[in-house]
Amino acid sequence: MALKVNIKKKYRDFLLDIKMMSTGRRIGILGASGSGKSLTLKSIAGLIKPDEGTVEYDGRVLFDHRKRINIRAEKRGAGYLFQNYALFPDMTVKGNINAALHGAQKQGRLSKDRPRDTDEILKGFGLFEIRDHMPAELSGGQKQRTALARVLVTNPDLLLLDEPFSAIDMHLRERLRTELIGMLDTYDKTVVFVSHDRDEIYQICDALILIDNGKVIAQGKTYDLFEQPETVSAARLTGCKNISRVIGVSKHRVKALDWNDIELVTDSVVTDDITHIGIRAHDFIPGMSGVNDIRCGVASVSRLPFEWYITLENGLWWKLERKHYDGRQEINLPEYVSISPERILLLKG
Amino acid sequence: MDLYPLFNSLRIAGISTVMIFIIGIAAAYFVIRLPAVLKGVLDCLFTLPLVLPPTVVGYLLLRVLGPKHPVGAWFFEVFGIRLTMNWYSAVFATSVVIFPLMYRTARGAFESFDETLTQAGATLGLDRAYVFFRVMMPYCRTGIIAGTVLSFARALGEYGATTMIAGYTPGRTATISTTVYQLWRTDNDALAFKWVIINICISAVVLLMINLIESRNKK
Repeated sequence: MALKVNIKKKYRDFLLDIKMMSTGRRIGILGASGSGKSLTLKSIAGLIKPDEGTVEYDGRVLFDHRKRINIRAEKRGAGYLFQNYALFPDMTVKGNINAALHGAQKQGRLSKDRPRDTDEILKGFGLFEIRDHMPAELSGGQKQRTALARVLVTNPDLLLLDEPFSAIDMHLRERLRTELIGMLDTYDKTVVFVSHDRDEIYQICDALILIDNGKVIAQGKTYDLFEQPETVSAARLTGCKNISRVIGVSKHRVKALDWNDIELVTDSVVTDDITHIGIRAHDFIPGMSGVNDIRCGVASVSRLPFEWYITLENGLWWKLERKHYDGRQEINLPEYVSISPERILLLKG
Repeated sequence: MDLYPLFNSLRIAGISTVMIFIIGIAAAYFVIRLPAVLKGVLDCLFTLPLVLPPTVVGYLLLRVLGPKHPVGAWFFEVFGIRLTMNWYSAVFATSVVIFPLMYRTARGAFESFDETLTQAGATLGLDRAYVFFRVMMPYCRTGIIAGTVLSFARALGEYGATTMIAGYTPGRTATISTTVYQLWRTDNDALAFKWVIINICISAVVLLMINLIESRNKK
């Protein structure tokens, strides 16, 4: 089930220019806020009409500017989970589910093996107890469950999730994410998940699209993109804190211009098009190892509840989980840290 | 005391409110979807009767509906109906005067409507009519009910345009407002005062209703 999007849309001071293709079952779209990821999702759903291009899913043309095809959102069979859940505020939980069933029936999308009775459906989603509540009376978790149930009962061919956790308090997020993953387990079609949170994407998605300023800057398997982002912007988006301009010294050696010109050994060959390197902040190992030893010097330490952020003398960031120094408020910084050559990301500008 | 003016006023205000309820909401629903320039032009046009003196509205209506003018003459010829100087003539006057009130409150309510709810409706396979009647109207009810009640109250108090297009004929076109003027003009102060009291009572009840609706919906 391939999803192909190739669209352009011009806004006053923003150009959305998306070319992506994925056969992933869980596709993540990762980008900063304002990068155009929600617009992309809305174009797939048919809520926004692109100026030109095509949208195809599973061999079905949903939008083709040249052929003047623009299937209405009602007919696309794409379920959409909105950021604020968009529950109908003047209907109860049951009313919301009934509205969705009504819509699905209208579009001929009701599956035959579903329970006849709305109450059975409500029980299946764990909503029976709160069936008569209005959306305003629901907790964040109950809203999410209701919204997801409302989408799933329409039996969508494609499920689009638009930053479902962005409006949720930090301490609830983890739980809701787990619950969402659980609910999605039974859904065997494609899910497109938009987020600016790389942890969420990494947890949920097998395929990843990176978007920056309206353009796709990288796409591929989630794991691969995190392991080898290849470009500076992809490295930044996947959370690489340390990026420096480099000059190649030899095939496996670079000089990092932004880190006091230290020379580092790399595992991969430094080709001519490599302009930067990246080092993930948690990849440093305390102490000397004989290769790529970096002097800590006068470092500044910023203390978070469960990890330390240490800024080395030459500006490098080192992230250290606190369990290594259990219970202690102060740490004795090692004189050196080292970075393994295979953990150095070679990047193009 | 002849209660015909009360009956006639309520009848005129009732009919025009029902008509304008539908037309005003339809106009508002239509306008909010338009591109900015057209929206600005239509908005100005639709709001104009609110700021024009009612006598100007009455004049313009006479220019269109009067027996010597195109629409009025056509109606008289085809149906034998005179659109002016009848009790229902006042419906035209009140309708034009209250249209901006209904249109503007409905537009305001629709503009505050969360557009993602419309989008949610579409992705769930629901048609626009369903979303309009089952989601949008309930969501906007406070504003729309307030606009309706206000329109009714204004229609009840309409004088200027009404007197021009329907005139004052006791027992035929007399409304509360035209009656008060007529009674005062003919020095029947005691009766005029009674009608004034009736008018104030009705208006007070209407305004109380608006407050009640708004406070109930805040909960």
